[in-house]
Amino acid sequence: MEAYIKGIGNISPQRTFDNSTFLEEIIESARPFMTCIEPNYKEFIEPIQLRRMGRILKMGVTASRICLKDAGIELPDAIIAGTGLGLLQDTEKFLTSMLNNDEKFLNPTSFIQSTHNTVGAHIAVMLKCNKYNYTFVHSNISFESAILDSLMQLKENPDSNILLGGLDEMTDQHYQITERAGFWEKSQNAISKGKGHSKIIPGEGASFFVLSKKQSKTNYARFSGVNTFYKPENTNEIINRINKFLESNNLSVNDIDLILLGQQDQFGDEIFNGVREKLFQESIQTWYKHLCGEYNTSTAFASWLAANILKRQVIPEIIKMKKQNKKIPLKNILIYNHFRNIYHSLILLSAC
Amino acid sequence: MPPRVVVTGIGIISSIGQNIPETLQSLKSSKSGIGPITNLNTIHKGTIPVAEIKLSDEELAELAGFTDKDYLTRTSLLGIIAAKEAFNSAGLEIESTYQGVKTGIVSATTVGGMDKTENYYYDFLSNNKYTHYVYTHDCGHSTEKIAELFGIKDYMTTVSTACSSSANAIMFATRLIKNGIVDRVIAGGTDALSKFTLNGFNTLKILDSNPCQPFDNNRMGLNLGEGAGYLILESEEIARKNKSKILCEVSGYANTNDAYHQTASSPDGFGAYLAMKQAIEISGIHAEDIDYINAHGTGTDNNDLTEGIAIEKIFAPAVPKVSSTKPFTGHTLAAAGSIEAIFSVLAIANRMVFPNLNFKEKIGELSFEPVRNLIENIEINHALSNSFGFGGNDTSLILSKY
Repeated sequence: MEAYIKGIGNISPQRTFDNSTFLEEIIESARPFMTCIEPNYKEFIEPIQLRRMGRILKMGVTASRICLKDAGIELPDAIIAGTGLGLLQDTEKFLTSMLNNDEKFLNPTSFIQSTHNTVGAHIAVMLKCNKYNYTFVHSNISFESAILDSLMQLKENPDSNILLGGLDEMTDQHYQITERAGFWEKSQNAISKGKGHSKIIPGEGASFFVLSKKQSKTNYARFSGVNTFYKPENTNEIINRINKFLESNNLSVNDIDLILLGQQDQFGDEIFNGVREKLFQESIQTWYKHLCGEYNTSTAFASWLAANILKRQVIPEIIKMKKQNKKIPLKNILIYNHFRNIYHSLILLSAC
Repeated sequence: MPPRVVVTGIGIISSIGQNIPETLQSLKSSKSGIGPITNLNTIHKGTIPVAEIKLSDEELAELAGFTDKDYLTRTSLLGIIAAKEAFNSAGLEIESTYQGVKTGIVSATTVGGMDKTENYYYDFLSNNKYTHYVYTHDCGHSTEKIAELFGIKDYMTTVSTACSSSANAIMFATRLIKNGIVDRVIAGGTDALSKFTLNGFNTLKILDSNPCQPFDNNRMGLNLGEGAGYLILESEEIARKNKSKILCEVSGYANTNDAYHQTASSPDGFGAYLAMKQAIEISGIHAEDIDYINAHGTGTDNNDLTEGIAIEKIFAPAVPKVSSTKPFTGHTLAAAGSIEAIFSVLAIANRMVFPNLNFKEKIGELSFEPVRNLIENIEINHALSNSFGFGGNDTSLILSKY
């Protein structure tokens, strides 16, 4: 199963919504969390609609529009989204007003928008798209589930164009709650204790892709595999799973020209460092979360990054973990992410 | 050829029963679970009826084999109880899920751990008394608890497409097996009643202050319910190899979008029409082969009319037996699709059609009326189950006699 990336649209804490540029100016990560650089939405959405839309809905709809335009597609054959928390701001708005007003005087808009499938549904209404429409909501593997579904859709219906997205937003209130709950403390296997900051920097983003089976010179790259696993017993299991995953794609670690790691700072942790040292000594070692922060669907940002690297054959200096010469041409990029050793994911992108 | 996907186990909990036998008994004796609110701590007590499970969280924890020290949300507890029954009814010991059969879980929920979040939200913001429940808020949490309990390691995900969520979980699980990703999946959904959803639906003014009357000309809206339903789906080959009892086949499925409005269906129910039509095409049968439709039938003005129009467009003049079972269970949101798919499994296995309670007068614009009383000794070869949700998410499943 594989899928060519025909178009992209990405709103992130970097200035990424303009596809004609690629990380030319780097915005440094900010505390307590990174927020998206948002475009002028009036260029993409009718003002009358904009007024009622929550922030992540605006981000998602706009990223999807940029993406469809980039791909030259008006009507996709499926809309498949992954989001950990959906429309967080609207959920908080309805919940807080319900609690503050003793369940009285409530406005339905924020309730309607609080359902997790709102972005995918909104895109369908805007495009009048009656086709397959799905939203996966499983924490840090939401986007990965959406990729797998997209690959299966393309196997079942090879002529289709799939709109795939990963999106999540951060809010002040959610940061306050999760910060208090210790969510952003680095976990025990983080070896950076004493080195760097003890806190993880959260982030957010909305990244969309149009996928198809058709080859074209303008394609960015292709998704050639995805795999997720939950609470592995030890590093050996992780290594075995990575090897098995590559094998099932007829590759070995030697074929991975660049490994893009989901570590939360430049020091990594025992798991990332173990995987990097045991398997990917020969690959160009990179990381991405200083550009977008930690969030449930950060691998959608990583996929955007990998697709651009493969198309442009350029590796931004900012993502390199050490000075390494580029292997020319770059063929395969493996994204490996884990969060607290609970959710692990592998996404393989290859040059067209 | 992709493998056929069969159902080898079912498990359920709702306001009409804590397991399959109790549920079947209620369905046969027209015993509804809708009544006054007793558990949920809301100002709507006494005015809005719901289909509550009359067990406290502590009692549910005991039933699930946990204690309140395990910090499980009501949503997770309901899911665990139904999933356990599904596993047992498929004759699966926990260990056997490992034995060479790639096993996954696809679950669905709309509110996740909201039942705790809405009670402790101010604590979340100001102190650390209920920090455990910050971590149980995510939609994936109930899925993980079930996966951990049964040692499911090969695939896991959670779907949320409003009221069609668990029908979509079943569809995705079926496709995972057909695409060879896994050989066995536990699929379904779970949702606990929460003040959040009750007030949300109340602001939309679509809650009936009496027990709902789907497909009735004087219908006044829906009743919310809570529950969980899970099915064990297996590739035909694995089921036969293990000599599992095959309850039926998931022969058709389709997911479409009405693309009309966030909460209302299009006047002609176009998305619903497409979902039913495509599901029939996938199953390789003809419309006239459908013997029973378990309708989405929420009891709202908009849904029942547009669903009815879509049904007529496909089946008229020979509309099959139609019933909405929501007057039994209420609308259990993310669990509705799987609970109702299980009702279709029970209808096929027990040769009966469950009634559409509270129906009195046909909708003026429609030519058909739903089934009023239990029908027994009826051959059901193919049952169509509809689940439609906010955001125009329309899903139809076809369950067929194996």
